[in-house]
Amino acid sequence: MSALAPVLEALTILIAEDSAADRLLLSTIIRRQGHQVLTASNGVEAVEIFAHERPQLVLMDALMPVMDGFEAARQIKQLAGEALVPVIFLTSLRESEALAQCLDAGGDDFLPKPYNPLILAAKINAMDRLRRLQATVLQQRDLIARHHEHLLHEQRAAKAVFDKVAHSGCINAAPNIRYLQSPYALFNGDLLLAAYTPSGDMHVLLGDFTGHGLPAAIGAMPLAEVFYGMTAKGYGLTQTLREMNAKLKRILPVDMFCCATLLCLSAQRRAVEVWNGGMPEGYVHEVATGRRTPLISRHLPLGVLSAEAFDDSTEVWPMALGDRVFLLSDGVLDTADANDQLFGAARLQQVFAANREPDRLFEDIEQALAAFRGQARDDVSMVEITLLSAPPLRVAEPMYADSGQSSPLDWSVSFEFRAQTLKNYNPLPYLLQLLLEVHGLREQGGALYSVMAELYSNALEHGVLGLDSALKRDAQGFAQYYRQRNERLAHLNSGYVRVHVQVSPTDQGGTMTLRVEDSGSGFDIEKELARPVDADRLSGRGLSLVRQLSSAVGWSDGGRSVCVEFCWEALA
Amino acid sequence: MSIESEVSLDGKKLTIAIKGRFDFGSHQQFRESYERFYKVPEIYIVDLKETTYMDSSALGMLLLLRDHAGGDEAEVQVLNSNSDVRKILAISNFDKLFDIS
Repeated sequence: MSALAPVLEALTILIAEDSAADRLLLSTIIRRQGHQVLTASNGVEAVEIFAHERPQLVLMDALMPVMDGFEAARQIKQLAGEALVPVIFLTSLRESEALAQCLDAGGDDFLPKPYNPLILAAKINAMDRLRRLQATVLQQRDLIARHHEHLLHEQRAAKAVFDKVAHSGCINAAPNIRYLQSPYALFNGDLLLAAYTPSGDMHVLLGDFTGHGLPAAIGAMPLAEVFYGMTAKGYGLTQTLREMNAKLKRILPVDMFCCATLLCLSAQRRAVEVWNGGMPEGYVHEVATGRRTPLISRHLPLGVLSAEAFDDSTEVWPMALGDRVFLLSDGVLDTADANDQLFGAARLQQVFAANREPDRLFEDIEQALAAFRGQARDDVSMVEITLLSAPPLRVAEPMYADSGQSSPLDWSVSFEFRAQTLKNYNPLPYLLQLLLEVHGLREQGGALYSVMAELYSNALEHGVLGLDSALKRDAQGFAQYYRQRNERLAHLNSGYVRVHVQVSPTDQGGTMTLRVEDSGSGFDIEKELARPVDADRLSGRGLSLVRQLSSAVGWSDGGRSVCVEFCWEALA
Repeated sequence: MSIESEVSLDGKKLTIAIKGRFDFGSHQQFRESYERFYKVPEIYIVDLKETTYMDSSALGMLLLLRDHAGGDEAEVQVLNSNSDVRKILAISNFDKLFDIS
């Protein structure tokens, strides 16, 4: 090693020293080491020169006239701000108290007189290393801050776009939904969607993408589009699930998927249909008895299986008006305490058991989580939907590009859906779309869909499959009914449902008659119509609904054929 | 967290053992544990005996392994999971894809 450590970079160094002889000596040593020199003969000068010239390092005599080195060091440090400008005190002081005072005043080191050029050079280099380290830290800190700001900005923008897509449904408008979600849950992969079907049922999705951040948010967009698009068109859970799974399978990398629970709450049928793939158990809360039926995950998450292997089978549970469905994300159960213990389902059950006011359930859970952990996580999602009597029927208004001049007013069409088709195809969305080409029917789209759905499921379930609606008298029979339905449908190899549509113009506007026939054994029309209407029915053929919503209804062929009529007046 | 992998003497079985937390931080190491072997084994074993925790990214990693091992034709066994880990595998119904015991 050479006598002097090599100079890494020439610095500008300020020498504040009242003795002219010492100034000259120091200047000579330092210039020889390759640095530039500025000089001051007292503290005031030193501060002034520092302010104008911004030297990178200061050699400061402690005792000077006008302003001493301690005060000058303080002022220079203040001017320097966050940047490190090392101040090395030059001192003939020997007492440790005085030396400590140098450092207290903001000095970084001291150099005893008389000067040793070797030590001086080494100290300057050491201080320069510190100075550059500080500069790098500051630069990186600012860079991180800028990136972070940028990221937040992107997230805000992405969230604004996403909210437009995700909240086009009824999540905020529906009076029977309560939910709790961190505002940036989207970037934790949590997703909550809700929308009405044309017949007034409500579809709800609570999903949880693997991974965090943008990838999870990106996957949520197509999922929301499929959910809203298909729900508004009247597709059922199974078709919507198939489409969502196929889409996610196509676009997501192998290790990404979306755990999800999908619900269809029907006030008309007093039931909830459930599909749970990979989400923690939610619950149907029967208010009258206090019983909570778990909604168990029966499936792999969305986006894992190929379309062929995907299992779309759902479960159906009866609900009375006022009953609630509660769903949650794993952020609730996986909240960990200081010892890495998880909150878990058992503790959640305790909160349920202790809950006295159903409306305060979320608060109770939050409190329990806070007490357990001491702080809240930002990936906790909870939603609770209460079954209320059906909202006014309406079709989520699709955009029509036509002006009404091309509305078809005189036509008919017939379909026959046979066994293989009945198994897994739902013709209702297509039929609805076709009928809504007739402008006069658009106003009644919701009622139309409800009636079609009721007649079609009657024809399929009671006609073709021969299921007895009396089974649905109680909760147990209810579950059995839907089990039988799935079994018989899976083994179906004959039978049909026919749909005939006839649209004709009248003087005032037009009429549409819809006839639905099935291959079943019919039913006793007189007896069925004589039955009293039970407001809380689990069973029944939904006939009262059909009669309420259509202009006219009539049965023929021993109950195997039903005909309804819808009329409209010409648009002004 | 540490991940160790070894191939049986006959080269037919690759065992991957995961100690501690199996989560998003394990990604790189988990992939390397099976990608670094030149020869393709017939059976993959994921040994979770000493795995204390597993998150959904770990489930994603199992899917990656399954894909690497041949997708629907793959034979991947997940062994020795403790009750917490097994719960997570059960909620996701991963027993439909993996041989879990």
